[in-house]
Amino acid sequence: MNIVVCIKQVPDAQSVHFDTEKGTLVRGEAEAIINPFDLHALEAGIQMRDSYGGEVVVLTMGPPQAEDALREALGLGADRGILLSDRAFAGADTLATTYTLAKAIDRLGPVDLVLCGRQAIDGDTAQVGPGLATRLGIPCVTSVSTLEVLDDRKTMHLRRVCEEGYDLIEVEMPALLTVVASLNTPRLPSLKGKIRARKAEIPVWDAQELGAEPGRVGLVGSPTQVVSTSVPKFEARREMLEGSPEGQVEALVARLKEAGIL
Amino acid sequence: MLRVDRKKCVGCGECEEACAFEAICVKDNVAVVDPNVCTLCGACVDTCPEGALEISSNSGEADADLDLWRGVWVVAECRGRALAPVSLELLTQARGLADRLDTALTAVLMGYEVGSESQRLISYGADRVLLVEHPELAAFIEEVYGNILADLVRKERPEIILAGATAMGRSYIPRVATLLETGLTADCTGLDIREEDRALLQTRPAFGGNLLATIVCPRHRPQMATVRPHVMKVGVPDLGRKGEVISISPKEELLKHRSRVLESVKEQAEGPNLTEAKVIVTAGRGLEAKENLALVRELADLLGGALGATRAVVDAGWVSDRSQIGQTGVTVSPKLYIGCGVSGAIQHIVGMQGAEIIVAINRDAEAPIFNIAHYGVLGDVKEILPLLIQRIKKERG
Repeated sequence: MNIVVCIKQVPDAQSVHFDTEKGTLVRGEAEAIINPFDLHALEAGIQMRDSYGGEVVVLTMGPPQAEDALREALGLGADRGILLSDRAFAGADTLATTYTLAKAIDRLGPVDLVLCGRQAIDGDTAQVGPGLATRLGIPCVTSVSTLEVLDDRKTMHLRRVCEEGYDLIEVEMPALLTVVASLNTPRLPSLKGKIRARKAEIPVWDAQELGAEPGRVGLVGSPTQVVSTSVPKFEARREMLEGSPEGQVEALVARLKEAGIL
Repeated sequence: MLRVDRKKCVGCGECEEACAFEAICVKDNVAVVDPNVCTLCGACVDTCPEGALEISSNSGEADADLDLWRGVWVVAECRGRALAPVSLELLTQARGLADRLDTALTAVLMGYEVGSESQRLISYGADRVLLVEHPELAAFIEEVYGNILADLVRKERPEIILAGATAMGRSYIPRVATLLETGLTADCTGLDIREEDRALLQTRPAFGGNLLATIVCPRHRPQMATVRPHVMKVGVPDLGRKGEVISISPKEELLKHRSRVLESVKEQAEGPNLTEAKVIVTAGRGLEAKENLALVRELADLLGGALGATRAVVDAGWVSDRSQIGQTGVTVSPKLYIGCGVSGAIQHIVGMQGAEIIVAINRDAEAPIFNIAHYGVLGDVKEILPLLIQRIKKERG
């Protein structure tokens, strides 16, 4: 089974703290990690390969340092990692990103399964998975929480999580799945894996290598543009209620009545 | 790329402060950008007091056909045969946008035996309803819904399309945007019109809510956005409002699909679901034991709200992961959030900081949640909750 897992390097939220004076969240020395959802996608890929053979190729688009994320994935058990990196890729929105990823997957040859995390924790769009499936011309199932390959090895049964429960879905392969955290528990890297990852060669594919049209990658290929940004301020309405437990409860009820909730 | 105008730059370092990625720093009194690290988020551009920074896109010429695209569309969402609440929020918001653009508002209603909801869409502001009904649409399939919507858009050319940022919207609207090769902004919390060029200004939280970004889609049509449920207000319906209902049968070729829904299972107990609830009462580790969860549930029920949970509580197996709020769970923005024994780890906070009123009950005065809570109650949840429940019951008589 040929499996591609798309991952993204993101800043670790742990390194963000709260500035009580300014009332804002401050991003400190942000350490880069693999997007948490993507670790579940990778785990699913590795388990499938271990059951059915084939290989797991990990793809990421990013700056040169995103190579670290690929090495980490290799340490966890991926077979190969490919870095899509080019200054021309910078500033890509989800449409340009899916174009670039699809170019790379086409170049890899036939795939049976493409796995992505439900969303990246920095952008939170959840758009790359479904968009990529559209470009690849394969069906997409989002927010997958369980998966089972049927005996024909061409069909899968999945649970798709939604607001009120889940749908049990049957999908033909090749397919693209975006996965949620409850799908599995990602393994830890093995010593052997770490050594292999350190030595592994990671090819870098740029726009030319991918045969990508210059007008369709990066900022130039992105229909959406950020026109302004602002840091949301938390209202300085903070109030510690005082008194005995009964007194605090009384004060709270009064506030909620004032706000029209009770 | 991000360009620094060396003549204007005074080396003040404001940009360095604003950058979340350490991609810009001041060297020899002038800002220097590391293009390998810069994500072109624009935070520095807005901060620069000298106007020395600019993001240039070298992009192609304007699409001359932009004026051919007119009208605002709302994609109505049905759960079974009933409209999801977010559809009414979207209509209310979209009505305002359509009025400012002096154009018509269309609702697209897809499903099976859902036509009875058409009048409701009209009473909340739609001028016309495109009603697409077919037995194959009874269950939601990304490919089919996406293909039909893209086909309608190609024929009718609306300038703006809004859909709910729900499980359903987020799964197939990206397909539509990709088929149409246009921009899509996810999970918007604010929408506005830039009148000089009819651009839709789409505001959304980014980086876990640490940044609010306003996004436009200047040269492509339609301009598409998914909108976070429960952020926009629902207007008052005008039951006598008249509109046109246009029935459309989808072409067979659009109904082809490679996935199907075998079964839809409702997992949730009675009451509102988490992303749509007006009140959320959240269980944290401070509850100490699973039995105490009953108190949280009772308060949630009493307030007509939903039960939320922190990751620790989910990991402990007290509740299923669908209740998890935060970075690896869902993002919520209720009117009232009550954290019960929730310490307020950053991964949780990014999922609930959009709540209108945040109440924290915790016995640890140093708990970080008190930094963002509007009202803090210092005490043991096991003691406070029964008092609060009793007091609210008394209030209600």
